[in-house]
Amino acid sequence: MSTPSLTITRSGPTAHVTMTLLAIAAVAIAVIPFVLGVAGSGRAVALLVYILLALMWNALAGFAGLVSIGQTLFFGFAAYTTIRLSDAGLDPFLAILASIGIGAALGWVTSLFMLSLKDGEFAIGMWVLSSLAHLCVNLDPLIQGETGISLIQMNAYALETRSALILWLALAVTIAVIAAMLLLLRSRTGAAITAIRDDELGARSIGVDVLRTKRIVFVLAAAGTAAAGALWLASASNFQPRAFFGVQWTAYMLFMVLVGGLGRIEGAIIGAVLFFAIETWFGAYGAWYLVGLGAIAVLFALLLPKGLWGWIGPRLPGEAIPTGYIIEKSDI
Amino acid sequence: MTSSSILQSGGISMSFGAYKVLDDISLNIAKGEIVGILGPNGAGKTTYMNLLTGALRPTGGQVFLMGEDVTRLDTAERCHRGLARTHQVPKPFLHMTVFENVLVAVHHGRAVQPANPVMEAWMVLKETGLAHAANRTAETLGLLDRKRLELSRALATDPKVLLLDEIGGGLTEAEGDALVALVKSIHARGVTIIWIEHIMRLLMETCTRLVCMAEGRVLADGTPEQVVEAPEVQTAYFGAAA
Repeated sequence: MSTPSLTITRSGPTAHVTMTLLAIAAVAIAVIPFVLGVAGSGRAVALLVYILLALMWNALAGFAGLVSIGQTLFFGFAAYTTIRLSDAGLDPFLAILASIGIGAALGWVTSLFMLSLKDGEFAIGMWVLSSLAHLCVNLDPLIQGETGISLIQMNAYALETRSALILWLALAVTIAVIAAMLLLLRSRTGAAITAIRDDELGARSIGVDVLRTKRIVFVLAAAGTAAAGALWLASASNFQPRAFFGVQWTAYMLFMVLVGGLGRIEGAIIGAVLFFAIETWFGAYGAWYLVGLGAIAVLFALLLPKGLWGWIGPRLPGEAIPTGYIIEKSDI
Repeated sequence: MTSSSILQSGGISMSFGAYKVLDDISLNIAKGEIVGILGPNGAGKTTYMNLLTGALRPTGGQVFLMGEDVTRLDTAERCHRGLARTHQVPKPFLHMTVFENVLVAVHHGRAVQPANPVMEAWMVLKETGLAHAANRTAETLGLLDRKRLELSRALATDPKVLLLDEIGGGLTEAEGDALVALVKSIHARGVTIIWIEHIMRLLMETCTRLVCMAEGRVLADGTPEQVVEAPEVQTAYFGAAA
């Protein structure tokens, strides 16, 4: 008598193609400093920051059902702590890494009281916290109010060296965040996150600890958004509070995730790439560029409410970024 | 409280504002019973189930699970202690496959993790007859299969007490027979069952005890035969048809 067996698979050809494409993209981005120089590196950092922001906002809204319009709290505060720690004598690159850790800690503390708020209260509450942080940062004499301050400690590195280092750090962080998301979503907790996304009450009634699960996502999103803020500062090298705590970032996050497709990692990445492309080609048109962005968002809401990935995903033979289980065969 | 009591509500009441939905319900469910709860629409049956599972907090009274006061525990904590339910309107995780739906319940619904969660989830699907649809996303299921999935997920939490909320609606004669057989086989494993149902035949064939509710109160409580023949039940439940 043979032992009964059950074969499951958690990946497929579509996933292999996607992973190969992502690896090629990562290599292409890594060699940009040698090919496109300082300017090219700066744009690549912008793309990676957008991807980070979209991934993290999607993790919050798309998976944990936490719609926040104040993620600039983590974005802006991480830029500020990078300035502060560098001013205190820490190497600016170490200051960036430390700021990511501080962002995670701030996320954990914030989660203790914010996660008990309901939908709208949570959204507005996060915005209030972000505004509060903005005001507090302005009180620091080092920042000189809205005049701002430069990350002059970066000048210890030659321009070519630092632009390449910042890009590679941004690439490493982005890969780490995508890997963390993938590992998390494939884990026990990840299945719970996906379940909460689909039906919170249903998840509760089969024993999912909803609060704990949401906290994990919230802290991850805080850390990733903080990384984006610190990297944006390193790339821009100038800290003006308004430019980091400004509401435009919230609009960008919403745009990328809604256009790309809420609730899928693939959607967030595609949305960020699309946003980057639109900004690169049309960003110089000023107000008309913003009008165009708004128009695109409206068109998507009306015609493709599930976003680009909501249209592409179901047409592929299997998951591109695989998180599920497929039963292959069973003799039970 | 008797020593064999596995689930007990002590004088439980629920009001929404001035409207009293449940008034002082005290029921004692013994280990190993299959209790059917019937009553006209609006009798408070589903509200009662929500209070037992912790989806709602009662405005008065207490709930005991295996002698422990669980009134202040939430649904997930009660689930870990062995109290599972199905919802009248199924709550599938639409974008996950049937298998993944059940696996989440194995992973998160039990106090102790099984050695092989994947196999446990598969065995549940075999038992409920959904194994053939394991790889389909839940959104592709019809209502009957969604109800089966609801039951599968509840079973996957390895419950000691299982609350069923109208899983028999819309079944054919043969499907009804299959459901009765399934519920009996779950019961035979030692699971205590409370079943809210409109379809009298299913309850009569399955239950060891019937409780009839109307307007937020218990009208009758006894063997199926006693309850069906009680005059107040005849009036409240069948009155409209007579």
